[in-house]
Amino acid sequence: MSVKTLEIDGRMLTGRTGETVFAVAWDHGIQIPRLCHVGGLSDVGACRLCLVEIEGRKRLQASCLTLIEEGMVVKTATPKLKSHRKLIVELLLAERNHVCSVCVMNGECELQDLAASHGVDHVRLRYQFPSLPVDTSHERFGIDHNRCILCTRCVRVCDEVEGAHTWDVCGRGTASHIISDLGEPWGESDTCTSCGKCVQVCPTGALFSKGKTVAEMRKDRGFLKYIVTAREKKQWIG
Amino acid sequence: MTFEELCGKQTEEVERQQALKNRIMCCTAAGCLSCGADGLRQAISAEIAAQGRQADVELCGSGCMGMCSRGPLVLSAACNRLYGNVAPADAAALVSADPAATETLADRAIDLDSPFFSKQTRIVLANSGHVDPEKLADYIAAGGYQSLGKALTAMSPRDVVEEVKKSGLRGRGGAGYPTGLKWELVMKQIPQVKYVVCNADEGDPGAFMDRSVLEGDPHRVLEGMAIAGFAVGAQQGFIYVRGEYGLAIQRLQTAIKQAEREHLLGARILDSGFQFRIDLRVGAGAFVCGEETALIASIEGKRGEPRQRPPYPPESGLWGAPTLINNVETFANIPPIVQNGGDWFASVGTASSKGTKVFALAGKIVNTGLIEVPMGTTLRTILFDIGGGIPEGKFKAAQTGGPSGGCIPEQFLDTPVDYESLVTIGSIMGSGGLIVMDDKSCMVDVARFFMEFCMDESCGKCIPCRAGTVQMHDILHRMTRGDATEDDIEMLETLSGLLRETSLCGLGQTAPNPVMSTLKYFRDEYEAHIRERRCPAGLCQMESQLEEAMA
Repeated sequence: MSVKTLEIDGRMLTGRTGETVFAVAWDHGIQIPRLCHVGGLSDVGACRLCLVEIEGRKRLQASCLTLIEEGMVVKTATPKLKSHRKLIVELLLAERNHVCSVCVMNGECELQDLAASHGVDHVRLRYQFPSLPVDTSHERFGIDHNRCILCTRCVRVCDEVEGAHTWDVCGRGTASHIISDLGEPWGESDTCTSCGKCVQVCPTGALFSKGKTVAEMRKDRGFLKYIVTAREKKQWIG
Repeated sequence: MTFEELCGKQTEEVERQQALKNRIMCCTAAGCLSCGADGLRQAISAEIAAQGRQADVELCGSGCMGMCSRGPLVLSAACNRLYGNVAPADAAALVSADPAATETLADRAIDLDSPFFSKQTRIVLANSGHVDPEKLADYIAAGGYQSLGKALTAMSPRDVVEEVKKSGLRGRGGAGYPTGLKWELVMKQIPQVKYVVCNADEGDPGAFMDRSVLEGDPHRVLEGMAIAGFAVGAQQGFIYVRGEYGLAIQRLQTAIKQAEREHLLGARILDSGFQFRIDLRVGAGAFVCGEETALIASIEGKRGEPRQRPPYPPESGLWGAPTLINNVETFANIPPIVQNGGDWFASVGTASSKGTKVFALAGKIVNTGLIEVPMGTTLRTILFDIGGGIPEGKFKAAQTGGPSGGCIPEQFLDTPVDYESLVTIGSIMGSGGLIVMDDKSCMVDVARFFMEFCMDESCGKCIPCRAGTVQMHDILHRMTRGDATEDDIEMLETLSGLLRETSLCGLGQTAPNPVMSTLKYFRDEYEAHIRERRCPAGLCQMESQLEEAMA
């Protein structure tokens, strides 16, 4: 397999042909922020947090969708990128009702972590405070649209790993929202296998296990890898 | 039909038309239909029967004649006179063989030598107004499908691509990518299955160029697509037309059927080995589907959302196959280029922008309608000579490029209209919508209008566009109500930068353009809204005024 050499943030790094800039950076400890990317799922480049500057390219590029090239020079944390990322996080916080103090994911939330690491100590934009529903019709899980950032991780994991395609996006623009099947309550979904992968990949408190109260929800990121490899490794329990 | 038979048919039809005493062309484009062209057409038809002149007077529908503000329009071919505001009661005078009878219509005759017509150069719209869009024979008589015949019999695909490259034609959808280069990219792709797609999802507010071309001369677009299919090696074409264009869809369906019946589309075109099918795909009302990757997703039956480019469609488009996507007007330019050669086309226009551009004049202008001018024509010529100026009040700004474009103030009226010049002054060529505003228009409100449009039309996939347009609209809305502060201008600029640089597709990247250009040229209006809580144009209702009115 051929190897390519590139420069990321001043470091000479190597990656395999076909790898993305994002993957190579993370392999070498350069943690480019992200919300829609999850290892093992296809990438959509929707959150725009992993944008990087690449020498010779006019536009900023989503590193999760940009394949490495020989001699590429990438910068992942310029002042411009940092200020864009901060504003994107602010946009997300103002878009729906992200009230950490009463969220099951308080302290474990990827959005919250990003806000902290990007110095978002206040939001400069007006909160929109939309009125959004919470669907707790499923016996084990719930979806709180107030916390959803529309990263579509749940849509992709359900489609690509579980093969059920229970989730999809309905509506457009700011009215976009995640639906199960054709807009039925989650509990009445015919396709949902109750595997819980969507809950584990969700970066925020939008998808949660029932019975968890404020700050109790812990998401098991290893769960996805386990699901994918367990069959080969004969790890199924019971 | 073979190429020889096509030429024979052309001669036959031309002779038949010349033998007639008169041909009455009644405009049946959407504009004239909306002001009663349908009833007028029936009245003229009944009058021809009543006067017993079916043998020597023919009544035809036609495409847009341009002067939409004076509809319904009727062209009497025998005396080459165009009449505006024609009513069914005028039918007798129109049909009558006696020249004196038309005296009653004299005051409504439109001078065909006026600047509105004389300053235009019609390439795309050459047939519009002279050919019945529902009759294939009419299009053939006007030289239709000759270019396809020429390409199939006398040229190789490479020759066609070279000719298009030589013409200097650039994409008329707005971005202005050189068409010949795009064709070459697709032609060079190895896979056997390729597609040609016509983007007819025209959605800019105030724009109706593509609709008029499809309604007025559908065969021209089909011919352009077939030539493209031959050049790049595709056998299947799709026209992605927006669902709101009912008449255009209907005329396209008719045209495709007619062309297939005569072997001008489908299998064994003009008895050659080339086959090319065209199918329609009707959009469901999403502006973002005019973006090429979203359009592809929509044709594939997926949610109409854009994806990251590269890979560009010429490499990987519909179902992963190399796909050529061009706009309606671009395809409509192809038959004359093949017929007359690339050099002929390149002789029109400026150094970097060749040919002509169709504009839809809308807003505060005397001659609202459809025009076509050579590239490099100044805005002043377009608005004041052709457009007839502003009905009342003073010119303030012209908006080009719809929600992706900008407002051009008075000091740039002498700027030549070409791709580069418009970008320099903060706007874009766009697809051809040209909205004129007078001193009663509030520029903050204009910016708010376009931002609202983008907010409603954002697909919601990427955060900067989905949430950023909401925030920008929120600020602009508060400004128009006198509820904003100086900080808001700064935030507006910050958000503009974010959307421009980080949005996934063109919709979000260009959404700040109307705001940026109005901020640049009309900053005083923004400041009046904020500091004095006053709308200089007197349009915005300020909150304080509302409170006073309530009390």
